[in-house]
Amino acid sequence: MTSTENVLEVDHLQVDFLTRRGVVHAVRDVSFMIASGETVGLVGESGSGKSVTAQAIMGLTELPGRIVGGDVRWKGESLVVGKAAARTMDRVRGREIAMVFQDPMTSLNPVFTIGSQMAEIFRRHQKLDRRQARERSLDLLDLVGIANPAARFKQHPFEMSGGMRQRVLIAMALACEPELLVADEPTTALDVTIQAQILELLAELQQSMKLAVLFITHDLGVVAGICDRVAVMYAGKIVEDASAHDLYAKPAHPYSAGLLGSTPRLDVRAERLISIAGSPPDLRMPPVGCAYAERCPSVIDRCLTEQPALRAVPGQPEGSRRVAACFRAADFHTPAS
Amino acid sequence: MGRYLGQRLFQGIIVVFGVTVLVFVITRLVGDPVNFILPLSASEEQRVRLRADLGFDESILRQFIDFIAGAIRLDFGDSTLFRNQDAFDTVMNFLPKTLQLVAGGMAIALVVSIPLGALAATRPGTMLDKVLITVSLAGLATPQFFLAQLLLFFTSVRFQIVQFGDGPWTHLIVPSIAMALPAIGRLTMVVRSAMIDELNSQYVKAAKAKGVARRRVVLVHAWRNASIPFVTLFGWETIRALAGFTLVIEAVFDWPGLGDLAITAIKERDFFLIQAIVFVVAIMVVVINIGIDVVYKLIDPRVKLS
Amino acid sequence: MTNDPTSSWTPVDANTSTQHERDDATHAEQAQEGRPYEVRIATKGLFGELISDRTGFIAAVFLVVVLVIAFAAPWIAPYGPVEGNPSTARISPIWDGGTWAHVFGTDAQGYDVLSRLMWGSRTTLLIGVVVVLVAGIFGVVVGLISGYRGGRTDRWLMRWVDMQVAFPGLLIALIMIAVIGASIKSLIFVLAFNAWMVFARMTRGVVLSAKENPYVEAAEIVGCRPRRVMFLHILPNLTSSLATLAVLEFARIILAEATLSFLGLGLQFPDVSLGLMASAGREAFFSLPRLAVIPGVFLTLIVLAVNFLSSWLRVATDPVEREKRHATSAKGITDKDAAKRARQAKRAARLNEATS
Repeated sequence: MTSTENVLEVDHLQVDFLTRRGVVHAVRDVSFMIASGETVGLVGESGSGKSVTAQAIMGLTELPGRIVGGDVRWKGESLVVGKAAARTMDRVRGREIAMVFQDPMTSLNPVFTIGSQMAEIFRRHQKLDRRQARERSLDLLDLVGIANPAARFKQHPFEMSGGMRQRVLIAMALACEPELLVADEPTTALDVTIQAQILELLAELQQSMKLAVLFITHDLGVVAGICDRVAVMYAGKIVEDASAHDLYAKPAHPYSAGLLGSTPRLDVRAERLISIAGSPPDLRMPPVGCAYAERCPSVIDRCLTEQPALRAVPGQPEGSRRVAACFRAADFHTPAS
Repeated sequence: MGRYLGQRLFQGIIVVFGVTVLVFVITRLVGDPVNFILPLSASEEQRVRLRADLGFDESILRQFIDFIAGAIRLDFGDSTLFRNQDAFDTVMNFLPKTLQLVAGGMAIALVVSIPLGALAATRPGTMLDKVLITVSLAGLATPQFFLAQLLLFFTSVRFQIVQFGDGPWTHLIVPSIAMALPAIGRLTMVVRSAMIDELNSQYVKAAKAKGVARRRVVLVHAWRNASIPFVTLFGWETIRALAGFTLVIEAVFDWPGLGDLAITAIKERDFFLIQAIVFVVAIMVVVINIGIDVVYKLIDPRVKLS
Repeated sequence: MTNDPTSSWTPVDANTSTQHERDDATHAEQAQEGRPYEVRIATKGLFGELISDRTGFIAAVFLVVVLVIAFAAPWIAPYGPVEGNPSTARISPIWDGGTWAHVFGTDAQGYDVLSRLMWGSRTTLLIGVVVVLVAGIFGVVVGLISGYRGGRTDRWLMRWVDMQVAFPGLLIALIMIAVIGASIKSLIFVLAFNAWMVFARMTRGVVLSAKENPYVEAAEIVGCRPRRVMFLHILPNLTSSLATLAVLEFARIILAEATLSFLGLGLQFPDVSLGLMASAGREAFFSLPRLAVIPGVFLTLIVLAVNFLSSWLRVATDPVEREKRHATSAKGITDKDAAKRARQAKRAARLNEATS
C-alpha cells in the first residue's frame, strides 16, 4: 500500500453547456485521481474539456454550463453531490484547493492593489488582522521570487509585468498552504523564458510544500518536465491515464501517439509539420462510437459502434495504474514493429 | 492634474460664454422688446424713453459689448419682472430652493438605484429581475410632469398626507421623490448592466476561486469597478435634473425655485432675468461636468497613476 | 507502416459532423472578416428572435397598432380633434354611464377624447419621427465627416459638439420657442437642435474604430474615393448602433415634446399631441383626472414599448447578448424541469407509500 492517498477523486464527471445552438456535452465522462503530493497533467487540445473540468472541480461552473452527472470528491467528501456539498466547497475552496488561471491580467481586479487582494485571502480564511495579513503577504511574495515585495504590495496589476502577475497569482493560491493546486494553463500567456521560470518555481514549491498539482495544458513539452502522471483528454473524455514516463515512451492510445508525433522536434529535420488530420467532433452530437474513430489510423469496425471504456492496459507491471480507452490498447504494447 | 483642470476650466468658460451669447442673440431676435414690458396702452414717448433707459436704442454691437462688460461684473441689468431688482441678485435669491430640491432628489436616487440595480444584477433573468426592470423602465418612460401630478394627486388630494408650496423641508419630500423617480429608473438600469458585466468578468471568477465570500465579491470587487461608469452617469443625471427637471417639478408642486422663476421670466420676456438665469445655470452645469471628470480621474487608479 | 499514427486519414463521408464543423467555421470566419456579413447574419434570424422574446414581440405589435392608428387617424377617428362645443362637454366614458358615441367621454370643451387620442398619437409620432430623421441625418453626416477626415476638422467639429452638449437643453429650448413662437415647425427645429449631437458622437466613434480595420485601407489602396469608402464600407457597421440610438432618441424626444407642451411652450391650440392632452392644469387634473390620465398612460405605454423594442434590438443584433439571454432562460427551463421531475418523484414516492 502506498503511503500517499488520493486527495482528489473525479468520478464520471459530466458537464453540459446549454447554448442556443443546442446542448454541448463538454465533459462526457471524466474520471481520474490525484494522490497527495502528486503532479498530474491534464492534456488535450482546445475544446477537449480540460478547463471545464478544472472549473467544475473548483465549483466555478456557471451558466450556461451545468454539472449534470458524476461527482468530485475531496478527501472523501463530495463537492458536487448532496446538501453538504456547497458548504464543503466553501470551506475547501481557496484554502485546501487553490486555482491559478491562464491570463494573469484579467484574473486580478484592476482597481485594487495586489496587496489588498492578497490580504483579503488571509482575512477570509485565517481571520488575521491587517498587519498580520500584510506580513504574511510579504512573506509569500518573497517566496514566489518577487523582489522588493513591500513596494509591489502597494501596486496595481497594470503596473506589473505578465510574469510578475502570474507569480502574484501563484502566491495568492498558496496563501493558505493548500494541498492541491489547480493550474489552468498558467504559462500559456507568457513568454517562453518566463514560462521556464514559472515552471521552475512551481516545481520548487511543490517539493517544499508537498503540494499536489493538477496541471492543465495543451503543451506536451511542459508536461514532460513537471508531471508525474498524465491524463489525456479528447472530446470530453479521458482517453489515457498513465505515468509521464510510460506515456512518452509508449503511448497506449492512438490520440496520445498522434499528439506526441505532432510535436516538432529540434533534433530531427522534417520537411513538413505533422498534424492529425480532421478535427474533433461536434459535442452537440457526440458520435455513437469512439470519438476519435474518424481520425484514427488504427480504427476497426467496433470503434464506430461502441464506446471504449477506460480500462487497464494489458501487459503492464503491477500497480502501474495505467488505463486507456481503446479497444486496441494492447496492440501498442507488443514490441514495436 | 493641475494642467488638466486648467484646460477644463478654460473649456468651461468658453461654454458659458457660448451659452450666454446664444441667449443674447435669441432674445434680440424678438423685435422690439419694450413692447413686452409696457402695456399696450403706453404712449410712444414712454416707449422711446424706456428704450433709451434700457439701452435698446443703441446698435446691436454696442449692446453686445455692454452686455459682455456687464456679465463679467455679474451685472445683468435689472429685472423688469421684479420691479427693478438686480437680476443677478434675484437669481441668487431663488437658487437655494432649487439646490435643495435637486440635492434631495438625487440623494434619494442614489440611495435607491444602487441597491436595486445590484440586486437585479445578481439574479439576472429571474422574476425579481424582470419586475425591477419593468419598474425601472416604467419610471423612465413616464413623462415627468405626469408622474409628478399623479404623485401630487395621490398624496395631497386623495389621501391628504402633505402640504405643498413654499415651506419647511417637509414640503420637499414628495417633490424630491417625484424628481428622483425617472433618475432611479435610468440609474438602476445602468447599475444593473454595469454590475452584470463586472460579475461576468474573469477577476470575479478568480476571486471566487480564492474563496472570497459571495457578498464581498459583489459589494466590493464588482461594485468598485462598476462604480466608475456609474459616477459619470450620475453626474449627467444631476445636470439633467438641475437644468431641466426642476422647471417641471417646481411648477407642479409650487416650489419657488429657479425653475419656476425661469418659466415665468421666459413667458413674461424679462430678458435681463433670463440672461442671468441662463448664465448661472450654465456655470453650474460646467462646474458639475468638471466635477465628474475630476472624480472619475480620482477613483480610477488606472487613470490616476498614468 | 500499419502502425504509423501520423498517416493522414480522410473523413468517413461528407456528412459527418466534421464537415458541418468546417462549414460552421467558414461561416464564422466570413462573418468576422467583413463586417457587412455580420449584419446579414444578424438580420437573418431577426424575425425568429422577435417571436421568441415575448415582451419585445408584444411591444412591437403594440407599436405597429399605434402606428396604424396614428397614420389612419384622419379616416378612422370618429370626430375631429377640436370638434365639439359646450353642450357636449364632460360626457362620461362608456364605463361610467356613457354611450358608444363617445367611448372615452369628452373633455371640458366638448371634444371627444378617443378622437383626440388618435389625432394626438399622430402628431406625437410625427414629431418624434421627423425630429429623429432631421437630427439623425445631420448628426450622422457631421460624425462621418469628423471621423473620416480626422485632424483639424475632427477637432473643431467635436468642440462644437462638446459645447452644445453642455448647454442646458430644456432651458434653451424654452427660450428659443418663446422667441420664435410655438408651432410644430419651431418645435421640430428646437428639438432637433438639441438632439443631433448624440448621433454625431456615436457615428464618429464607429467611424474611428472602423477606420482601423484593414479592409478600409484595402479599399483605399485599390483606389476607391473617400466618399465611396465611407458609404459602402463603413456605413453598414453603423446600422445596428444607429438603430438602437434612433429608437431611444425617439422615445426621449416625444417625452421632451410632452414636457414642452406641459410648460405651455409646446404645441398650441388647435394642434393636439398626447403630451399636450396629458398636461392638464392642476384644477383640471383634480376634477377630471381621466382626461389627463388616459393620454398620459398611453404615452407612457408607447415610450415603454419603444424601450422594450430597443433592448430587443440590441440583443437581436449582438450574438454575445443572445447567448447570455439564452443561458439564463435555459437555466430557467432546466430548473423548472428539475423541479418538475423532483415533484413527480415525490408524488411517485408518496404513491408507493400509500399503496404499500
